[in-house]
Amino acid sequence: MTKQHANWSPYDNNGGSCVAIAGSDYCVIAADTRMSTGYNILTRDYSKISHLAEKCVMASSGFQADVKALQKVLSARHLTYQHQHNKQMSCPAMAQLLSNTLYYKRFFPYYSFNVLGGLDSEGKGCVFTYDAVGSYERVGYSSQGSGSTLIMPFLDNQLKSPSPLLLPAQDAVTPLSETEAVDLVKTVFASATERDIYTGDKVEIVILNASGIHREFMDLRKD
Amino acid sequence: MDSVSESQRTLYPYVTGSSVVAIKYKDGILMAADMGGSYGSTLRYKSVERLKPIGKHSLLGASGEISDFQEIMRYLDELILYDNMWDDGNSLGPKEVHNYLTRVMYNRRNKFNPLWNSLVLGGVKKGQKYLGTVNMIGINFEDNHVATGLGNHLARPILRDEWNENLTFEEGVRLLEKCMRVLLYRDRSAVNKIQ
Repeated sequence: MTKQHANWSPYDNNGGSCVAIAGSDYCVIAADTRMSTGYNILTRDYSKISHLAEKCVMASSGFQADVKALQKVLSARHLTYQHQHNKQMSCPAMAQLLSNTLYYKRFFPYYSFNVLGGLDSEGKGCVFTYDAVGSYERVGYSSQGSGSTLIMPFLDNQLKSPSPLLLPAQDAVTPLSETEAVDLVKTVFASATERDIYTGDKVEIVILNASGIHREFMDLRKD
Repeated sequence: MDSVSESQRTLYPYVTGSSVVAIKYKDGILMAADMGGSYGSTLRYKSVERLKPIGKHSLLGASGEISDFQEIMRYLDELILYDNMWDDGNSLGPKEVHNYLTRVMYNRRNKFNPLWNSLVLGGVKKGQKYLGTVNMIGINFEDNHVATGLGNHLARPILRDEWNENLTFEEGVRLLEKCMRVLLYRDRSAVNKIQ
Protein backbone atom coordinates (compact mmCIF):
# COMPACT_ATOMS: atom_id res chain seq x y z
CA MET A 1 0.00 0.00 0.00
CA THR A 2 1.53 3.29 -1.08
CA LYS A 3 1.93 5.99 1.49
CA GLN A 4 -0.87 8.55 1.18
CA HIS A 5 0.23 12.14 0.93
CA ALA A 6 -1.42 14.69 3.11
CA ASN A 7 -3.97 16.80 1.25
CA TRP A 8 -3.24 19.80 3.42
CA SER A 9 -0.10 21.78 3.95
CA PRO A 10 1.19 22.59 7.43
CA TYR A 11 2.48 25.91 6.13
CA ASP A 12 0.81 29.06 4.93
CA ASN A 13 2.26 32.42 4.00
CA ASN A 14 0.68 35.29 5.87
CA GLY A 15 2.70 37.87 3.96
CA GLY A 16 4.06 41.18 5.11
CA SER A 17 7.39 42.96 4.95
CA CYS A 18 9.99 43.82 7.56
CA VAL A 19 12.84 46.32 7.40
CA ALA A 20 15.64 47.22 9.78
CA ILE A 21 18.28 49.95 9.49
CA ALA A 22 21.27 50.41 11.80
CA GLY A 23 22.66 53.83 12.64
CA SER A 24 25.65 55.01 14.65
CA ASP A 25 23.71 55.13 17.92
CA TYR A 26 20.19 53.95 17.03
CA CYS A 27 18.37 51.22 15.21
CA VAL A 28 15.08 51.44 13.33
CA ILE A 29 12.95 48.32 12.89
CA ALA A 30 9.69 48.43 10.98
CA ALA A 31 7.04 45.99 9.76
CA ASP A 32 3.59 46.37 8.25
CA THR A 33 0.52 45.24 10.20
CA ARG A 34 -1.40 43.28 7.57
CA MET A 35 -2.00 39.57 7.94
CA SER A 36 -3.27 37.82 4.82
CA THR A 37 -3.83 34.34 3.46
CA GLY A 38 -4.04 33.70 -0.26
CA TYR A 39 -5.96 36.63 -1.70
CA ASN A 40 -7.80 37.45 1.54
CA ILE A 41 -6.91 39.79 4.34
CA LEU A 42 -7.36 38.20 7.76
CA THR A 43 -6.73 41.28 9.83
CA ARG A 44 -5.33 44.78 9.34
CA ASP A 45 -3.91 45.31 12.78
CA TYR A 46 -1.43 42.55 13.58
CA SER A 47 2.00 43.33 15.02
CA LYS A 48 4.94 41.42 13.56
CA ILE A 49 7.43 43.04 15.90
CA SER A 50 8.53 41.47 19.15
CA HIS A 51 10.60 43.17 21.82
CA LEU A 52 12.84 40.32 22.90
CA ALA A 53 15.39 42.03 25.16
CA GLU A 54 15.99 45.55 26.38
CA LYS A 55 18.17 46.44 23.40
CA CYS A 56 16.96 43.86 20.94
CA VAL A 57 13.87 43.83 18.71
CA MET A 58 12.85 41.21 16.16
CA ALA A 59 10.55 41.61 13.19
CA SER A 60 9.36 38.47 11.42
CA SER A 61 7.18 37.77 8.45
CA GLY A 62 6.06 34.46 6.96
CA PHE A 63 3.81 31.89 8.59
CA GLN A 64 2.27 33.56 11.60
CA ALA A 65 1.81 30.49 13.81
CA ASP A 66 5.52 29.63 13.46
CA VAL A 67 6.47 33.26 14.11
CA LYS A 68 4.39 33.26 17.31
CA ALA A 69 5.96 29.99 18.47
CA LEU A 70 9.45 31.31 17.67
CA GLN A 71 8.80 34.52 19.63
CA LYS A 72 7.58 32.48 22.61
CA VAL A 73 10.63 30.18 22.53
CA LEU A 74 13.03 33.15 22.38
CA SER A 75 11.25 35.04 25.20
CA ALA A 76 11.35 31.95 27.39
CA ARG A 77 15.05 31.43 26.69
CA HIS A 78 15.72 35.08 27.43
CA LEU A 79 13.92 34.82 30.76
CA THR A 80 16.04 31.80 31.67
CA TYR A 81 19.18 33.71 30.68
CA GLN A 82 18.16 36.63 32.88
CA HIS A 83 17.66 34.34 35.84
CA GLN A 84 20.98 32.59 35.31
CA HIS A 85 23.19 35.58 34.45
CA ASN A 86 21.40 38.44 36.19
CA LYS A 87 21.55 40.63 33.11
CA GLN A 88 19.80 41.22 29.80
CA MET A 89 20.95 39.40 26.68
CA SER A 90 22.98 41.55 24.31
CA CYS A 91 21.85 41.82 20.69
CA PRO A 92 24.71 39.75 19.22
CA ALA A 93 24.00 37.03 21.81
CA MET A 94 20.30 37.03 20.90
CA ALA A 95 21.32 36.87 17.25
CA GLN A 96 23.25 33.66 17.83
CA LEU A 97 20.39 32.23 19.88
CA LEU A 98 17.92 32.93 17.09
CA SER A 99 20.18 31.28 14.54
CA ASN A 100 20.55 28.17 16.69
CA THR A 101 16.81 28.01 17.40
CA LEU A 102 16.02 28.17 13.70
CA TYR A 103 18.57 25.51 12.78
CA TYR A 104 17.28 23.26 15.54
CA LYS A 105 14.20 22.80 13.36
CA ARG A 106 16.22 22.34 10.19
CA PHE A 107 14.11 19.40 9.01
CA PHE A 108 10.69 20.92 9.80
CA PRO A 109 11.55 24.62 9.64
CA TYR A 110 9.96 27.62 11.21
CA TYR A 111 8.57 29.34 8.11
CA SER A 112 9.69 32.68 9.47
CA PHE A 113 11.82 35.34 7.77
CA ASN A 114 13.42 37.49 10.41
CA VAL A 115 15.37 40.64 10.88
CA LEU A 116 16.86 41.32 14.29
CA GLY A 117 17.72 44.88 15.20
CA GLY A 118 19.19 46.53 18.24
CA LEU A 119 22.16 48.12 19.91
CA ASP A 120 25.35 46.15 20.47
CA SER A 121 27.37 46.33 23.67
CA GLU A 122 29.08 49.53 22.44
CA GLY A 123 25.77 51.26 21.82
CA LYS A 124 26.12 51.14 18.04
CA GLY A 125 23.18 50.03 15.93
CA CYS A 126 23.28 46.49 14.60
CA VAL A 127 21.02 44.57 12.24
CA PHE A 128 21.10 40.82 11.66
CA THR A 129 19.30 39.23 8.76
CA TYR A 130 18.18 35.59 8.63
CA ASP A 131 16.77 32.99 6.31
CA ALA A 132 14.23 30.38 7.43
CA VAL A 133 16.80 27.86 8.69
CA GLY A 134 19.11 30.17 10.59
CA SER A 135 21.93 31.36 8.37
CA TYR A 136 22.62 34.92 9.49
CA GLU A 137 24.86 37.86 8.89
CA ARG A 138 25.41 41.18 10.56
CA VAL A 139 24.60 43.98 8.12
CA GLY A 140 23.89 47.69 8.15
CA TYR A 141 20.31 47.31 6.90
CA SER A 142 18.04 44.58 5.65
CA SER A 143 14.53 43.70 4.57
CA GLN A 144 12.65 40.39 4.60
CA GLY A 145 9.22 39.22 3.62
CA SER A 146 6.96 39.57 0.63
CA GLY A 147 8.03 43.13 -0.13
CA SER A 148 11.76 42.56 0.32
CA THR A 149 12.40 42.16 -3.42
CA LEU A 150 10.96 45.65 -3.87
CA ILE A 151 12.53 47.22 -0.80
CA MET A 152 16.08 45.81 -0.80
CA PRO A 153 17.28 47.35 -4.09
CA PHE A 154 15.95 50.73 -2.97
CA LEU A 155 17.81 50.48 0.33
CA ASP A 156 20.98 49.40 -1.51
CA ASN A 157 20.73 52.49 -3.63
CA GLN A 158 20.00 54.91 -0.78
CA LEU A 159 22.28 53.50 1.88
CA LYS A 160 25.20 52.54 -0.39
CA SER A 161 26.44 49.60 1.60
CA PRO A 162 30.21 49.18 1.16
CA SER A 163 31.35 45.97 -0.46
CA PRO A 164 32.44 43.34 2.07
CA LEU A 165 35.54 42.79 -0.10
CA LEU A 166 37.01 46.22 0.61
CA LEU A 167 40.10 46.57 2.77
CA PRO A 168 40.26 48.07 5.36
CA ALA A 169 36.84 46.73 6.37
CA GLN A 170 34.33 49.58 6.20
CA ASP A 171 31.47 50.03 8.59
CA ALA A 172 28.10 49.12 7.11
CA VAL A 173 26.30 51.34 9.57
CA THR A 174 24.62 54.26 7.90
CA PRO A 175 25.70 57.86 8.57
CA LEU A 176 22.07 59.02 8.32
CA SER A 177 20.47 60.68 11.32
CA GLU A 178 17.63 59.01 13.15
CA THR A 179 14.85 61.16 11.67
CA GLU A 180 16.27 60.69 8.16
CA ALA A 181 16.31 56.94 8.63
CA VAL A 182 12.70 56.92 9.88
CA ASP A 183 11.66 59.00 6.87
CA LEU A 184 13.45 56.56 4.59
CA VAL A 185 11.57 53.66 6.18
CA LYS A 186 8.24 55.43 5.71
CA THR A 187 9.03 56.12 2.05
CA VAL A 188 10.09 52.54 1.53
CA PHE A 189 6.86 51.11 2.94
CA ALA A 190 4.69 53.53 1.02
CA SER A 191 6.37 52.39 -2.21
CA ALA A 192 6.23 48.69 -1.36
CA THR A 193 2.52 49.00 -0.56
CA GLU A 194 1.83 50.27 -4.07
CA ARG A 195 3.05 47.12 -5.74
CA ASP A 196 2.98 44.31 -3.19
CA ILE A 197 -0.51 43.05 -2.37
CA TYR A 198 0.57 41.58 0.95
CA THR A 199 1.97 44.86 2.29
CA GLY A 200 -0.27 47.65 3.49
CA ASP A 201 -2.75 48.91 6.11
CA LYS A 202 -0.26 50.33 8.63
CA VAL A 203 3.44 50.27 9.30
CA GLU A 204 4.69 49.89 12.86
CA ILE A 205 8.07 51.60 13.35
CA VAL A 206 10.19 50.90 16.41
CA ILE A 207 13.21 53.06 17.19
CA LEU A 208 15.80 51.81 19.66
CA ASN A 209 18.35 54.21 20.99
CA ALA A 210 20.27 55.07 24.13
CA SER A 211 17.22 56.67 25.72
CA GLY A 212 15.07 53.59 25.23
CA ILE A 213 12.44 52.37 22.86
CA HIS A 214 9.96 54.46 20.89
CA ARG A 215 7.10 53.16 18.76
CA GLU A 216 5.09 54.94 16.08
CA PHE A 217 2.55 54.00 13.43
CA MET A 218 1.93 55.29 9.94
CA ASP A 219 -1.12 54.59 7.81
CA LEU A 220 -0.61 52.89 4.48
CA ARG A 221 -2.90 52.17 1.55
CA LYS A 222 -5.57 49.68 2.50
CA ASP A 223 -6.05 48.09 -0.92
CA MET B 1 3.93 0.00 11.56
CA ASP B 2 3.72 2.97 9.25
CA SER B 3 0.29 2.03 7.89
CA VAL B 4 -1.14 1.90 11.42
CA SER B 5 -0.08 5.46 12.16
CA GLU B 6 -1.39 6.66 8.78
CA SER B 7 -4.87 5.31 9.42
CA GLN B 8 -5.04 7.19 12.70
CA ARG B 9 -4.41 10.59 11.17
CA THR B 10 -7.14 12.93 10.03
CA LEU B 11 -6.96 13.02 6.24
CA TYR B 12 -10.32 14.51 5.33
CA PRO B 13 -13.07 16.05 7.40
CA TYR B 14 -16.29 14.00 7.33
CA VAL B 15 -19.09 15.76 9.18
CA THR B 16 -18.55 19.47 8.90
CA GLY B 17 -20.14 22.65 10.16
CA SER B 18 -20.16 25.77 8.00
CA SER B 19 -19.27 29.32 9.00
CA VAL B 20 -19.27 31.09 12.35
CA VAL B 21 -19.54 34.89 12.50
CA ALA B 22 -18.81 36.98 15.59
CA ILE B 23 -18.58 40.67 16.47
CA LYS B 24 -17.74 42.85 19.45
CA TYR B 25 -20.54 45.17 20.42
CA LYS B 26 -20.91 47.83 23.09
CA ASP B 27 -21.48 45.48 26.03
CA GLY B 28 -19.67 42.34 24.87
CA ILE B 29 -19.59 39.72 22.16
CA LEU B 30 -22.21 38.44 19.74
CA MET B 31 -21.68 35.17 17.91
CA ALA B 32 -23.81 33.31 15.38
CA ALA B 33 -23.60 29.95 13.65
CA ASP B 34 -26.14 27.82 11.86
CA MET B 35 -27.09 24.41 13.21
CA GLY B 36 -26.26 22.20 10.24
CA GLY B 37 -23.82 19.31 10.09
CA SER B 38 -23.09 18.24 6.52
CA TYR B 39 -21.82 14.82 5.53
CA GLY B 40 -20.08 15.88 2.33
CA SER B 41 -22.87 17.43 0.26
CA THR B 42 -25.72 15.81 2.24
CA LEU B 43 -27.25 17.80 5.06
CA ARG B 44 -27.11 15.04 7.63
CA TYR B 45 -27.71 16.74 10.97
CA LYS B 46 -29.94 19.75 11.43
CA SER B 47 -29.62 20.48 15.12
CA VAL B 48 -25.92 20.60 15.81
CA GLU B 49 -24.94 23.12 18.47
CA ARG B 50 -21.72 24.69 17.27
CA LEU B 51 -21.56 27.41 19.91
CA LYS B 52 -20.65 26.37 23.44
CA PRO B 53 -19.93 28.37 26.59
CA ILE B 54 -16.55 27.84 28.19
CA GLY B 55 -16.18 28.55 31.88
CA LYS B 56 -17.75 31.74 33.14
CA HIS B 57 -16.39 34.19 30.61
CA SER B 58 -16.11 32.74 27.12
CA LEU B 59 -17.99 31.39 24.15
CA LEU B 60 -16.46 29.01 21.61
CA GLY B 61 -17.77 28.63 18.08
CA ALA B 62 -16.40 26.02 15.71
CA SER B 63 -16.62 25.26 12.03
CA GLY B 64 -15.10 22.23 10.35
CA GLU B 65 -15.06 18.65 11.57
CA ILE B 66 -17.71 18.19 14.28
CA SER B 67 -16.01 15.22 15.94
CA ASP B 68 -12.80 17.25 16.36
CA PHE B 69 -14.93 20.00 17.92
CA GLN B 70 -16.27 17.49 20.43
CA GLU B 71 -12.70 16.44 21.20
CA ILE B 72 -11.76 20.08 21.78
CA MET B 73 -14.74 20.38 24.14
CA ARG B 74 -13.35 17.42 26.12
CA TYR B 75 -9.94 19.15 26.41
CA LEU B 76 -11.59 22.38 27.49
CA ASP B 77 -13.88 20.66 30.00
CA GLU B 78 -10.78 19.21 31.62
CA LEU B 79 -9.06 22.62 31.56
CA ILE B 80 -12.01 24.34 33.19
CA LEU B 81 -12.40 21.55 35.73
CA TYR B 82 -8.81 21.95 36.90
CA ASP B 83 -9.25 25.68 36.97
CA ASN B 84 -12.30 25.37 39.19
CA MET B 85 -10.57 22.88 41.42
CA TRP B 86 -7.90 25.45 42.30
CA ASP B 87 -10.76 27.35 43.91
CA ASP B 88 -8.64 30.48 44.06
CA GLY B 89 -11.20 33.06 43.07
CA ASN B 90 -9.63 33.43 39.61
CA SER B 91 -11.16 31.91 36.52
CA LEU B 92 -9.77 31.49 33.03
CA GLY B 93 -10.72 34.36 30.78
CA PRO B 94 -11.19 34.31 26.99
CA LYS B 95 -7.61 35.39 26.30
CA GLU B 96 -6.23 32.47 28.29
CA VAL B 97 -8.58 29.95 26.67
CA HIS B 98 -7.68 31.32 23.24
CA ASN B 99 -3.98 30.93 23.98
CA TYR B 100 -4.54 27.36 25.20
CA LEU B 101 -6.49 26.49 22.05
CA THR B 102 -3.82 28.05 19.82
CA ARG B 103 -1.13 25.92 21.45
CA VAL B 104 -3.27 22.77 21.13
CA MET B 105 -4.01 23.41 17.43
CA TYR B 106 -0.38 24.29 16.65
CA ASN B 107 1.03 21.23 18.37
CA ARG B 108 -1.42 18.91 16.62
CA ARG B 109 -0.40 20.45 13.29
CA ASN B 110 3.26 19.87 14.20
CA LYS B 111 2.51 16.18 14.59
CA PHE B 112 0.77 16.23 11.20
CA ASN B 113 -2.51 15.21 12.84
CA PRO B 114 -4.53 18.41 12.92
CA LEU B 115 -7.86 19.09 14.54
CA TRP B 116 -9.77 20.04 11.41
CA ASN B 117 -11.49 23.13 12.79
CA SER B 118 -11.56 26.89 12.56
CA LEU B 119 -12.44 28.21 15.98
CA VAL B 120 -13.82 31.52 17.19
CA LEU B 121 -13.30 32.38 20.83
CA GLY B 122 -15.02 35.37 22.35
CA GLY B 123 -15.72 36.59 25.83
CA VAL B 124 -15.75 39.34 28.38
CA LYS B 125 -13.72 39.36 31.57
CA LYS B 126 -13.73 42.26 34.02
CA GLY B 127 -15.32 44.47 31.39
CA GLN B 128 -12.61 43.70 28.83
CA LYS B 129 -14.01 42.30 25.59
CA TYR B 130 -11.96 39.78 23.65
CA LEU B 131 -12.60 38.18 20.29
CA GLY B 132 -10.11 35.89 18.60
CA THR B 133 -9.84 33.04 16.14
CA VAL B 134 -7.60 29.99 15.54
CA ASN B 135 -7.56 27.70 12.55
CA MET B 136 -6.34 24.16 11.96
CA ILE B 137 -2.73 25.08 11.19
CA GLY B 138 -2.43 27.37 14.18
CA ILE B 139 -2.92 30.79 12.59
CA ASN B 140 -4.47 33.00 15.24
CA PHE B 141 -5.33 36.63 15.73
CA GLU B 142 -7.85 38.85 17.45
CA ASP B 143 -9.97 41.54 15.89
CA ASN B 144 -13.24 43.42 16.31
CA HIS B 145 -15.08 41.06 14.01
CA VAL B 146 -14.14 37.56 12.86
CA ALA B 147 -15.61 34.86 10.67
CA THR B 148 -14.59 31.38 9.62
CA GLY B 149 -14.81 29.54 6.33
CA LEU B 150 -17.03 31.12 3.71
CA GLY B 151 -18.01 33.74 6.26
CA ASN B 152 -14.59 35.29 5.71
CA HIS B 153 -15.48 35.98 2.10
CA LEU B 154 -19.16 36.84 2.49
CA ALA B 155 -19.65 38.26 5.97
CA ARG B 156 -16.39 40.12 6.73
CA PRO B 157 -16.90 42.74 3.98
CA ILE B 158 -20.35 43.54 5.41
CA LEU B 159 -18.87 43.77 8.88
CA ARG B 160 -15.97 45.97 7.76
CA ASP B 161 -18.47 48.37 6.25
CA GLU B 162 -21.10 48.47 8.98
CA TRP B 163 -19.31 47.70 12.23
CA ASN B 164 -18.66 50.42 14.75
CA GLU B 165 -17.54 50.55 18.37
CA ASN B 166 -20.92 51.34 19.88
CA LEU B 167 -23.34 48.83 18.42
CA THR B 168 -26.27 48.15 20.71
CA PHE B 169 -27.45 44.62 21.26
CA GLU B 170 -30.33 45.00 18.77
CA GLU B 171 -28.13 46.58 16.12
CA GLY B 172 -25.54 43.82 16.59
CA VAL B 173 -28.14 41.10 16.26
CA ARG B 174 -29.51 42.75 13.11
CA LEU B 175 -26.00 42.93 11.64
CA LEU B 176 -25.33 39.27 12.38
CA GLU B 177 -28.72 38.26 10.96
CA LYS B 178 -27.81 40.12 7.79
CA CYS B 179 -24.55 38.18 7.54
CA MET B 180 -26.26 34.86 8.22
CA ARG B 181 -28.89 35.63 5.56
CA VAL B 182 -26.18 36.26 2.95
CA LEU B 183 -24.52 33.00 3.98
CA LEU B 184 -27.82 31.14 3.67
CA TYR B 185 -28.31 32.46 0.15
CA ARG B 186 -24.82 31.69 -1.04
CA ASP B 187 -23.31 28.89 1.05
CA ARG B 188 -24.62 25.49 0.00
CA SER B 189 -23.89 23.97 3.39
CA ALA B 190 -25.83 26.52 5.43
CA VAL B 191 -29.21 25.80 6.99
CA ASN B 192 -31.88 28.20 8.11
CA LYS B 193 -31.72 27.34 11.80
CA ILE B 194 -29.37 29.58 13.72
CA GLN B 195 -27.96 29.55 17.21
